Amino acid sequence: MKVKEVPQDDIKTFKGFGTKAMYAVDENGQYTRIPTSGWEMEEVVLRDVVDDFAKLAEEAKSRVINGETSPIEFYMNKYFMDLPALAAGMGLAKWRVKRHFSPNVFKKLNEKMLQRYADFFNIELARLKQIEETI
Amino acid sequence: MSALLKHKGLELSEPMVFGLSGAICFAYLPFLKMGNMPLVSYRMFPGHIVKNFPKRLGVEYFRKTYKDPDLAMAELDEFVANRRLVGLQTSAYFTTYFPPEMRFQFNAHNIIIIGKAGDEYLVSDPVFDHIERIKAADLKKARFARGLSAPNGLVHYPLKSPPGIDLKKLIRKSIKKTVHMMLYAPVPWIGIKGINHLSRHIVKLTRKQKPKYTRHFLGNIVRMQEEIGTGGGGFRFMYAAFLQEAHDTLDLPILKEASDRMTAVGDQWRMFALECAKIVKSKESRVNLPEIAQLLRRCGDSEKQIYRILKTVK
Repeated sequence: MKVKEVPQDDIKTFKGFGTKAMYAVDENGQYTRIPTSGWEMEEVVLRDVVDDFAKLAEEAKSRVINGETSPIEFYMNKYFMDLPALAAGMGLAKWRVKRHFSPNVFKKLNEKMLQRYADFFNIELARLKQIEETI
Repeated sequence: MSALLKHKGLELSEPMVFGLSGAICFAYLPFLKMGNMPLVSYRMFPGHIVKNFPKRLGVEYFRKTYKDPDLAMAELDEFVANRRLVGLQTSAYFTTYFPPEMRFQFNAHNIIIIGKAGDEYLVSDPVFDHIERIKAADLKKARFARGLSAPNGLVHYPLKSPPGIDLKKLIRKSIKKTVHMMLYAPVPWIGIKGINHLSRHIVKLTRKQKPKYTRHFLGNIVRMQEEIGTGGGGFRFMYAAFLQEAHDTLDLPILKEASDRMTAVGDQWRMFALECAKIVKSKESRVNLPEIAQLLRRCGDSEKQIYRILKTVK
């Protein structure tokens, strides 16, 4: 890759988050480190995954409102996780997290466990509990 | 790592550290899933450099993990107060200065703490080229994330650098190691074999999987190649930069050739990524997977020739 070939596509993901570094060859054939504002192709594949999660979160949201699942499933999808990732991040067994998806079980969860979820999702405890009004 | 050593008076560039620690790799591990996608990696696991490089260099090195997050943060403050640069292992999920879309659960992200301003730590992050800030509470979470390869608050820094290092010997040794791994790994998932294994798997995708899975699968490869790494082209450009520096040090003409070829391979990988991304973008169900697999295989073939050349470096 030559210095002038380094993509500067100004991708959405990195807007406001600065630039990344890239190694490229200058006119004298020497490698140098130069900043890049991103490559459009990078953005394409990232969006594909992100959109997919957004769709899942949207579905989960309507199911939360219908009382079919708990807000935990919504936040899991919102923060780009699947069940194994959430379970690993929380330090719980997968079956336990899955159980917490059930609205009835979720209602009975103690404060301590709810707080752990809220901390993990980096949100207020109240927001985790009252999903209908907040999202 | 480069910055940490520089602080101790040992000047080694980032590509040099990358090359000397033999961090370039290719691994396709179908049995290790992350987000329902098999793991594809273009480098050794990120902890590899921190673990092995000081030993290879003969640098006295300090590493410590914690059970108690509060103690870990208190000791970090002590390091900062003593104006010591320290490396930390963190989880990308809690690094708040990342774009939200990039905060995936990835526990082996290495950063350097260079100071503290109020409640915020100043961070030098290899992904970005300027100083970032992170709140103490967030950093604490990031250092004690759970899951695969949990950081456990790992902190590390060099204690003392040796009086002089034999760079020539180190370069030869590291190249030998890299060549061995890429060409002769005893398992089918690593090195050139890994590339071919993945390319065979891509051909099979047509028959077996839904278009959506295929798209995600190809997208996953591209993300591992371009987004996660520094320098693009799945670290191939960085390795080419290392080979260039190695050539300047050892003055072996074949290293120049290897470096040029490695740059070409990096471009080839980018071409492959471009084709994959086009498929993802078009969202078409009928894609020419054998052609994609062929592109990947060619990347592997070109790389194989480079390692054959490097093998003659004794």
